[in-house]
Amino acid sequence: MISANLSAIFYLISGILFILALRGLSSPDTSRQGNYFGIIGMVIAIAVTFLSIGNFSTSIVYVFLLLIVGGAVGSFIAFRIPMTAMPELVAGFHSLVGLAAVFVAIAAFLNPSAFNLGSVGDIKLASLIEMSIGAAVGAITFSGSIIAFLKLRGIMSGAPITFTGQHYLNLILGITIFVLVFYLCKSQSESFFWTVIAISFFVGVLLIIPIGGADMPVVISMLNSYSGWAAAGIGFTLENTALIITGALVGSSGAILSYIMCKAMNRSFISVILGGFGADNSSSNTKDKQDQKPVKSGNAEDAAFLMKNASSVIIVPGYGMAVAQAQHALREMVDKLKKNDIKVTYAIHPVAGRMPGHMNVLLAEANVPYDEVFELEDINNDFANSDVAFVIGANDVTNPVAKTDPKSPIFGMPVLDVEKCKSVLFVKRSLSPGYAGIDNELFYRDNTLMLFADAKKMTEDIVKNLD
Amino acid sequence: MEIDPFIFRLSIFILSIFIGYYVVWSVTPSLHTPLMSVTNAISSVIIVGAIIAALAGSSNNTFDTSSIFGFLAIILAAVNIFGGFLVTQRMLQMYKKKKNNKK
Repeated sequence: MISANLSAIFYLISGILFILALRGLSSPDTSRQGNYFGIIGMVIAIAVTFLSIGNFSTSIVYVFLLLIVGGAVGSFIAFRIPMTAMPELVAGFHSLVGLAAVFVAIAAFLNPSAFNLGSVGDIKLASLIEMSIGAAVGAITFSGSIIAFLKLRGIMSGAPITFTGQHYLNLILGITIFVLVFYLCKSQSESFFWTVIAISFFVGVLLIIPIGGADMPVVISMLNSYSGWAAAGIGFTLENTALIITGALVGSSGAILSYIMCKAMNRSFISVILGGFGADNSSSNTKDKQDQKPVKSGNAEDAAFLMKNASSVIIVPGYGMAVAQAQHALREMVDKLKKNDIKVTYAIHPVAGRMPGHMNVLLAEANVPYDEVFELEDINNDFANSDVAFVIGANDVTNPVAKTDPKSPIFGMPVLDVEKCKSVLFVKRSLSPGYAGIDNELFYRDNTLMLFADAKKMTEDIVKNLD
Repeated sequence: MEIDPFIFRLSIFILSIFIGYYVVWSVTPSLHTPLMSVTNAISSVIIVGAIIAALAGSSNNTFDTSSIFGFLAIILAAVNIFGGFLVTQRMLQMYKKKKNNKK
């Protein structure tokens, strides 16, 4: 049994180690060390908790048993999950943090004396508010992440689900939560507590269903942020420094990522949350255009010929590459091109894929050196000096309409200037519009060659033709 | 007059938000996915609350309602801790391999 002061100092140390864990991610070289700091911080926090309780009974056996069971499940998932499934994995993990926060809040509410928060029916006011916030945010994180998971997994359609009065309903439910927390503080009644949790679960679902597939990077970052605030709420309840620090770090981290993602789409955070992107876009208009304009399409042979005669190629990967698992084939293609002394670089738009950094991880998995991979602002000027842009699975992030048509829903969004390349190879299964629901003007340009096929199959065919 | 300890915790909280703000802006965009998985792993430090809750009911009854919720939270947090750190490690390992290949 160690004193409360000593354990508080250890919790502070583990909080600092968590800060260092994030700090390590500023460069790939220091990132692994950072991860070890995070692990050490976690071990310290858990060990100190055991030591501070001291009074061990039979239940500690169950605690260790469950730790091992949970740890085994977690490790199994971590080793087996394919890199392409990372967005849904992260969404799933967020839901677990949210639910854990709800459970801890419930436990604290039912047995406040264990946490020095007073007694049942007479919980300190501040603690009651803190645990209600922790529980409510945790519940929203849980149900929201479940919906995000289902959408990312494809179990639920990625299309936005909207209905009239949706925003008013959310507003009313939000206000109801505040009113209920107020009465909970006044009456200490259990039923108010349960109702707050139940409504919060419902709000989580309502918040995420109207958000479409392409906005998923924002949703995942947002839920990341929520899971942090939930942890911080619980941290205040438990008066635990490690939890407060971590909650604040995670909360601000998720918020920054959401901001970066919104900025990359030129959309306000509010408009993403309100959802329904492109839902009101008339699709008939798009169809007319498709019929009238000529499209040049080619096969793997043409593409291989074009690239072989180029001196520089820029690859633009997108979500389609992840779906088709084409990253390894792509790397093979690039290796062949490099053998012919062709300069190859990769251009990544911040919202390519379904979560921040999604494309970078897939390319890393395929052993692409990270110094060949560039962010939007670092590479956008190079398109004008390059021979071929190879767009694989990206769409909206290359649409020149964002620069030219003020009426377009994506107008103002920073896009990759692929059309400035001498020629553009566009791998796509069909001419269908992207997630924004708008036609890509690029398809009809003279210097664009459409390659209609599955991204992986097409890339493999090109590899064969490069020999 | 004495300062309420809550104010100290609030100070820690607000300062940590600022630390988080500056630290996260310096994270390279190519590591944003590992950033999400590692923040996810560290937020599972909520397990300390779960452990306290689980061991609290021990005096008379190992499985009172409160500790059952504690036990459940332990499983969830444990999945997250191990899963989160290991998957981050796996991703970061891939960034390393390339570096070695190049040299």
